Amino acid sequence: MTEAPASAAHAGTIREIAETRAAVPGALLPILHEIQDQLGYVPDSAVPIVASVLNLSRAEVHGVVSFYHLYRRTPPGRRTIYLCRAEACQAMGARDLEARLKEKLGIDFHETTSDERFSLEPIYCLGNCACSPALMIDETVHGRVTAERLDSLLEEG
Amino acid sequence: MAGDTLRIYVPNDTAARSVGADAVAAAIERTAGERGVAIEIVRNGSRGLYWLEPLVEVAVAGERVAYGPVTPDDVPGLFDAGFTTGGKHARHLGATEALPYLSGQTRLTFARAGLIAPSSLEDYREHEGYRGLEAALAMDTQAIVDVVKESGLRGRGGAGFPTGIKWQTVLDTPGTQKYVVCNADEGDSGTFADRMIMESDPFVLIEGMTIAGLAVGATQGYIYLRAEYPQAIRTMNTAIAAAEQAGYLGADVCGSGRAFHLEVREAAGAYICGEETSMLESLEGKRGMVRYRPPLPAVKGLFGAPTVVNNLTTLATVPIIFVRGGEFYRDFGTGRSRGTLTVQLAGNIKRGGLVEIAFGRTLREVLEDFGGGTATGRPIRAVQAGGPLGAYIPTSQFDTPLDYEAFAEIGAMLGHGGLVVFDDTVDMGQQARFAMEFCAIESCGKCTPCRVGAVRGVEVIDKILSGQDEAGNRELLEDLCGTMVDGSLCALGGMAPFPVLSVLKHFPEDLVAR
Repeated sequence: MTEAPASAAHAGTIREIAETRAAVPGALLPILHEIQDQLGYVPDSAVPIVASVLNLSRAEVHGVVSFYHLYRRTPPGRRTIYLCRAEACQAMGARDLEARLKEKLGIDFHETTSDERFSLEPIYCLGNCACSPALMIDETVHGRVTAERLDSLLEEG
Repeated sequence: MAGDTLRIYVPNDTAARSVGADAVAAAIERTAGERGVAIEIVRNGSRGLYWLEPLVEVAVAGERVAYGPVTPDDVPGLFDAGFTTGGKHARHLGATEALPYLSGQTRLTFARAGLIAPSSLEDYREHEGYRGLEAALAMDTQAIVDVVKESGLRGRGGAGFPTGIKWQTVLDTPGTQKYVVCNADEGDSGTFADRMIMESDPFVLIEGMTIAGLAVGATQGYIYLRAEYPQAIRTMNTAIAAAEQAGYLGADVCGSGRAFHLEVREAAGAYICGEETSMLESLEGKRGMVRYRPPLPAVKGLFGAPTVVNNLTTLATVPIIFVRGGEFYRDFGTGRSRGTLTVQLAGNIKRGGLVEIAFGRTLREVLEDFGGGTATGRPIRAVQAGGPLGAYIPTSQFDTPLDYEAFAEIGAMLGHGGLVVFDDTVDMGQQARFAMEFCAIESCGKCTPCRVGAVRGVEVIDKILSGQDEAGNRELLEDLCGTMVDGSLCALGGMAPFPVLSVLKHFPEDLVAR
């Protein structure tokens, strides 16, 4: 409960996001997206608030947050690296990039570096399959990524 | 705009930008400024010739001349060579339309990709845009559906179901509210056609969906768009706003008195939501769990209402059918596969990109004539067709024609047209393992064969690769694949075994202890 003050501050934001979208058909995903856009993740404290606004059970909201890979439940690092693990990138050396990236950052997928600079997530296809291998940093996609290019991207980041 | 302004086209597509198009555009702008050359940079979509990106084009005497792939360092030299008037340079490729990669294609759905600025409704209209809707507005609902039936158009998402028959079902099902849902959850590796349309020609999708809405009496459309495509989301939202502003969307489409509203809904990274029923669950704000069928979505779909669910490329193909007629479209293709197929050459391929051709060319022709072999220069060993659930095809089957039925005959599938090429360094044992691993990560968990089977599949393959009772475990793996194929609720668990079985059949030498 060490993050209690932060979640108290978030509570108002979360409630407002949920209430302004409650009437949208199928509102839950748009609400969760907006929470993540504003806060960087969907804190567990959002679950009861969103549930009460939408008149759903907490289990239903938790079930949705945990089902979708792109909803984060912990704060991300300053930048998030999404490395494509799918077949087209595999065919162009994505496995080697993955090993290099994990070693350089000292973390596995779904983790954040201790200096909070980078979070690392796997992604299954950025639709950049003719310029493989690919990765995305926040919302910027990089193609034909070599080991050298990866190193310089990490330095820039 | 003065007629003599030099127009320079630099693609704004995600893939082009991923290999430096923004830096090239900035370098051109800067160099032009330094040299006092008046230019206008147009950020067009991509032509889909991705191996040449960033592909810069200049308009010379009514013709577009291409240079590529261009790096920022090339830019001063390009100006020295007079590229703004088509001058010769090491990157000079000649007239874009005459490039064999492009002239060898039949661009129907992708006719405007790379030609126009995706942000410009005016540009779209100047290139036959909204002519299809005009034609459809003059028809009654049944006549619209009949045109689609006549065209022979089949769903481009992979299943190949006849689009006209789907629309007929929705039209015939009574309902006060109906929906059109575009499946833009292009999750298959090796596919980027949908992204390319959204980023290069977004209005064609809006127009196709509007025609679908008119055809079946739906007043609301949703584009379920994957979160992995942030730029496509932005481009579509901008285009929808422009179409609303111009009266092409809204309560009174083109003054016809008929309504059609359209909204982008962002997905959240679940591959299973590309399956139509789990996509509908997701749109309703739930976990993307697959539904039992029947009832079909056409009868009881989104929020329980009759719903057209089509793949993006299918919907984007509708406008040209109304501009040229159903018969025109049907005349392309072979057998029951009519019209054009959008092949996407991906992975380890020398000339990767989008190839729209009539059905019926062989796999080998496409891989060699268009693709030019592997990027690494080594021999091709396998091609995975149709995404992560598609079989790995060995070179001995490369003479298979590209049509739905011919692929089904060899136990493969064409799917969304993605071809992922691997050279002879590929470890097919690892590829088989990945197919099961991916299924385990992405399973929605509703049915046991998929949820448990995929996890067991990874374990069994690991046992084989580590030499534990190889023969027994290979038999077990085949048995497990059979259970998943026969017992799964949807295509994820039902087809994830296909790549595994294809490795067992065609590349058994890789599925051994090491």
